[in-house]
Amino acid sequence: MFDSERKRPARQPKPTLAVWKFASCDGCQLTLLNCEDELLAIAGSVTIASFGEASSEVIEGPYDLSLVEGSITTPADAERIRRVREASRFLVTIGACATSGGIQALRNFGGDLAPVVYARPEYIDTLRTSTAIADHVPVDFELRGCPIDRRQLLEVIGAFLRGRKPNVRAHSVCMDCKRAGRTCVLVAHGTPCLGPMTQAGCGALCPGVGRGCFGCFGPAPGWTFLPFGPANPARTEVKSR
Amino acid sequence: MTHGSRLRVPALTRVEGEGGLEIVVDDGQVTEARLDIYEPPRFFEALLRGRQYTEPPDITARICGICPVAYQMSACAAIEDACGVTVPADIAALRRLLYCGEWMESHALHVYLLHAPDFLGYESGIHLARDHPDAVARGLRLKKAGNHLMEVVGGRSVHPVNVRIGGFYRAPSVSALRALLPELEQARQDAAETVAWVATFTFPDFSRDYEFVSLRHPDEYPITAGRVVSTGGLDIPPAGYDRHFTEFQVPHSTALHSVLDGKTYLTGPLARYSLNSGRLPAEVAAVARAAGLGPTCANPFRSIVVRAVELLYACDEALRLIRGYQPPDPPAVDVLPRAATGYGCTEAPRGLLYHRYAITADGTVTDAKIVPPTSQNQRAIEADLRAFAAARIGLPPERLTEECERAVRSYDPCISCAAHFLDLRVVGS
Repeated sequence: MFDSERKRPARQPKPTLAVWKFASCDGCQLTLLNCEDELLAIAGSVTIASFGEASSEVIEGPYDLSLVEGSITTPADAERIRRVREASRFLVTIGACATSGGIQALRNFGGDLAPVVYARPEYIDTLRTSTAIADHVPVDFELRGCPIDRRQLLEVIGAFLRGRKPNVRAHSVCMDCKRAGRTCVLVAHGTPCLGPMTQAGCGALCPGVGRGCFGCFGPAPGWTFLPFGPANPARTEVKSR
Repeated sequence: MTHGSRLRVPALTRVEGEGGLEIVVDDGQVTEARLDIYEPPRFFEALLRGRQYTEPPDITARICGICPVAYQMSACAAIEDACGVTVPADIAALRRLLYCGEWMESHALHVYLLHAPDFLGYESGIHLARDHPDAVARGLRLKKAGNHLMEVVGGRSVHPVNVRIGGFYRAPSVSALRALLPELEQARQDAAETVAWVATFTFPDFSRDYEFVSLRHPDEYPITAGRVVSTGGLDIPPAGYDRHFTEFQVPHSTALHSVLDGKTYLTGPLARYSLNSGRLPAEVAAVARAAGLGPTCANPFRSIVVRAVELLYACDEALRLIRGYQPPDPPAVDVLPRAATGYGCTEAPRGLLYHRYAITADGTVTDAKIVPPTSQNQRAIEADLRAFAAARIGLPPERLTEECERAVRSYDPCISCAAHFLDLRVVGS
């Protein structure tokens, strides 16, 4: 991961960073702008070549690192992600939409959506499913979360700059919660909690306010699930890194 | 500009979400100005059907990473309305405090990183920082203070976890909130400096005759509650919204357009300020006056000044609420479902955000309607673009395109929000 085997294009003195948006809420790319203390340092270490939400300056690819937010929900986006992949030396997906299809993948459970139409459906061109980026192109690293965690994002960017593997561990929320010395909401209050099977990264926020984890970071490795709707029959087993 | 030309900005930058704009000029006249929204729809209103009445705050927060609290608050207001519950004043005050954090974070983002670069001739806030490091540092401090406040009250700034129907899962401690006071005092000073800074920018002379729409509250500058009022004399409770506001689909947008009794209207900071400037505390009003604002403001380019004033107000209000804070006990009241429809309106940073839910006696959501501010503003933006471009038709096309893109940015459109509300209709079975 982030090793130097893949040669950088030499024309830019600094590595180039691009941020791409597909179907999503903007919250994960906002997390980059929410690194208030580090933003200008990051901007000093990389050339921000394409980041539509933040800058009007667009430098043509190829790009050293592409951060991809959002899921694939339209035929045009299924094409666009291929072009992004071709233009990117490393491609990292950020957030639940990009890594799992996101909350809009609830539509994948809807069965045949044909009877459900718009007032003017002919204006709309959309796929029946919302799918993860990895269902369409190879992904170098997936950063989980709805939204992603700022510290994990900084770790990934730091690892990229140093050419090393990101130190993002994949244990469960339950372990972080125990480590923080919190009262277990499941044992003490009988509150249903997805903490035992959800990947850590948020800092066990929900048990911290006395509610059960609802799984923003997706399943931790080692868990096998029933097929998640018709969209992803092949992605039933969670890959460990 | 010659016969039959088209100006296109295929992808607007420094806006939230995916959109473009197109202006058609025929025979020296602007015949069409379109805000193209191609952000893929995510069908939230359909996804909410069949869910429990406790779920919309967490689900609808995911509509927008920049204003999740607005969605949580309008959802809570609408569902509590359906269930016949009014939360106690201390819970309402804590909600308002969380909302102040969002106004700070969102307005600081727009003023410093998205909008100010236009006035000073930079491609981004990062480019701006090279020549104006102190100003950008001030903006980032303000944004961080807002995010920090949201983290302490809500658990995290993007998609807070602590909000529930009826109140909060856990009330923050007095000491945790008091620990924020120094940062918020600094933020207040930074915000006052922001107002003075943006007031020095040069604004195109472009005042419009808007029908403004916002909430109005008997005592407060509106954030979390109030009646829906307009400069045209509308004055209704949120439950009356659907009788006056109509949404419809246009071919070039995945966001529905909206009209008030058939008319184009504008919501957002300009509307809020123009309808409620009398509700601002004297000190904030004095800063606004010193920045050259009258009691109303109808120039969209000057919205950056109004946003800065609201930033100051949000800091002021957060300080006031923290100083008077006692943790609500319990942090949430019971909200039991009943078969009813509920209506909720709050003021998102970008304007009025309307939610309506129909629920059954067992708490199942059977229908949801969500109308975000950007979707409501599309018609006003397009009408303004037509007038704006028509008055500048002699400019070289490249320059005119740039100016029009700047014009769009001044409304702070949140396209991610707007595009998710295509009205799904079920025909047949």
